[in-house]
Amino acid sequence: MEKNKIQHHIEKYKSLPGGLLPLMHAIQDDLGYIPEESYPLISHEMSLSVAEIHGFVSFYHHFRTKKTGKNIIQVCRAESCQAMNSKLIEAYLKDKLGIDYHEMTEDEKFSLEPVYCLGNCACSPSIMINEDVYGRVDKEKIDKLIKDIE
Amino acid sequence: MTIKIFVPIDSTAQSLGSNEIAHKIELEAQKRSLEIELVRNGSRGLFWLEPLVEVEYNGERIAYGPINEEDILSLFDAKFFEGGKHDKYLGKTDEIAWLKNQERLTFARVGITDPLSLKDYMDHEGFVGLKKAINMEAQEIVNEVKDSGLRGRGGAAFPTGIKWQTVLDTESTQKYIVCNADEGDSGTYSDRMTMENDPFMLIEGMIIAGLAVNADHGYIYLRSEYPHAQDVLNKAIKIATENNFLGQNILNSNKNFTLEVTRAAGAYICGEETSLLESLEGKRGLVRYKPPLPAIEGLFGKPTVVNNVVSLATIPIIMSKGAKYYADFGVGRSKGTLPIQLAGNLKQTGLIEKAFGITLRELLYDYGGGSATGKKIKAVQVGGPLGAFISEENFDIELDYEAYSKLNAVVGHGGIVAFDEDVNMAEMARYSFEFCAIESCGKCTPCRIGSTRGMEVIDKIVAKDEQPKNVALLENLCDTMVNGSLCAMGGMTPFPVMSALKYFPNDFGVESKPSET
Repeated sequence: MEKNKIQHHIEKYKSLPGGLLPLMHAIQDDLGYIPEESYPLISHEMSLSVAEIHGFVSFYHHFRTKKTGKNIIQVCRAESCQAMNSKLIEAYLKDKLGIDYHEMTEDEKFSLEPVYCLGNCACSPSIMINEDVYGRVDKEKIDKLIKDIE
Repeated sequence: MTIKIFVPIDSTAQSLGSNEIAHKIELEAQKRSLEIELVRNGSRGLFWLEPLVEVEYNGERIAYGPINEEDILSLFDAKFFEGGKHDKYLGKTDEIAWLKNQERLTFARVGITDPLSLKDYMDHEGFVGLKKAINMEAQEIVNEVKDSGLRGRGGAAFPTGIKWQTVLDTESTQKYIVCNADEGDSGTYSDRMTMENDPFMLIEGMIIAGLAVNADHGYIYLRSEYPHAQDVLNKAIKIATENNFLGQNILNSNKNFTLEVTRAAGAYICGEETSLLESLEGKRGLVRYKPPLPAIEGLFGKPTVVNNVVSLATIPIIMSKGAKYYADFGVGRSKGTLPIQLAGNLKQTGLIEKAFGITLRELLYDYGGGSATGKKIKAVQVGGPLGAFISEENFDIELDYEAYSKLNAVVGHGGIVAFDEDVNMAEMARYSFEFCAIESCGKCTPCRIGSTRGMEVIDKIVAKDEQPKNVALLENLCDTMVNGSLCAMGGMTPFPVMSALKYFPNDFGVESKPSET
């Protein structure tokens, strides 16, 4: 655990009203995930119990407590994408990467996550790779996107 | 003369490669020694034609689309910069029927301007509403919003003016304006488009809300799935602050208003206003009991206006053109316009702002052009994952809050997702419960447990396991969820489920329609 980095983020947000939410984003943006070992430190600095911090982090789908792949691929599972056969996209990606949702490839290049709506519903099906959304995806487009990253 | 070329920066346009196209156009222009001004405008919302490239020629905008990278060379060869003919030529943008037949009030500027150009915004009536409001009494502003008939566009359709009146009437040294930008409903993207393509409009609406209820600080609670919107909003807030529209002593009026963006963390339930407030306070997004209303005890226990993005973004035009102008659109108690979003299996998807009263059939066929797959449209979900599925027999009912309510359906946030005949409605009903189970905050039992039991009961019905008994059980469970849940998550999940069973019993393997619940 990178204690200094986490301490730095805590200093920035600990006295801000509602500061736990931006603090957790800052830690995850920096380290890629929120190490559970950081809970006692946050607990001490922000006068929260470890249980409260665990409850907070586990409530939100966006927050992760485990290391993820270098690139996070999110596949939209919501209705609009379902109407455009996103189930095929889900199956294709799982098969191509050889992992299920919430898993990471062995080479640590990719993680796969489900997502419920990217707001790109006019061009379903959609996926998001890191911070970029891709619309009207099909197998060929996915092959190209993954090849470009590799 | 410099040639002006527009390539949208909206994230859906980007998802189809508009950044690469913009880059290629610049390179090609350089190669041909053409002097161009490339504007990254917002999207017009004609998403089936995106990436939509426009040129300004003889003072008019000419459109070409959908453009892919392979079209760029031939576009230049066809002299598109002079409005030349090309396979992808669409004519004058304003004359495209899809756009021309709309009534764009809130979305008047969207797609036309550069989202982060304050000059563009001001040249297109930006901040006219604020300049009026800043010289008015708080009560006068609230009256104007009440008279406009504006109702919450996030889905609940509560009258915005009445909410503001409650906050104004509640004494407190600190009040807040909170913008609910946790647009989680599938099939909706009007909030995202507003924030990405006309951010100053939302900022203006929030400042006016602050003036109306005497609040001096606002939060935009933005879903984490919208990184581009976050970037645009933060830049727009900075520009507005530098130009004295935000901050202390706004426009030398002695009034203050500051604004910040808070990034959410992927919980659908945080679109529910009390759950959102808990989350903003740095807690689990557990739904609160009401009363007290957030208007009386909201964020950090202070009186708080919580409004959706489109509701707040509609305030500037109500203030600039007057309540009556806005209220003259629409039908019955559904006043004004609704930005409708076409999504799912349709040929022509995109944003249509129309007065209330248009029918689903017009939207699906006149605008949508039928299904993308060319098959029959079997079912349409209106109003997001908690909205009912509408079958063809009800396609002619006018889109208005009350008419839909009679159908046990909702207009919601105006999202419309079409499914063709390949959809299995029992699977969709099961998915509704699955989604509820994933997203339930867990505070109340009907929602937390009911959602999982619901999946199991549907599995039994489909497997023809004691079917009549399980259909009755499903109806009973839905009744408990509707009447016993703390908020709309559990309280409305039965809408899609029961509508699927009622209109498509065959997909469940059920012979006859079940009784009304």
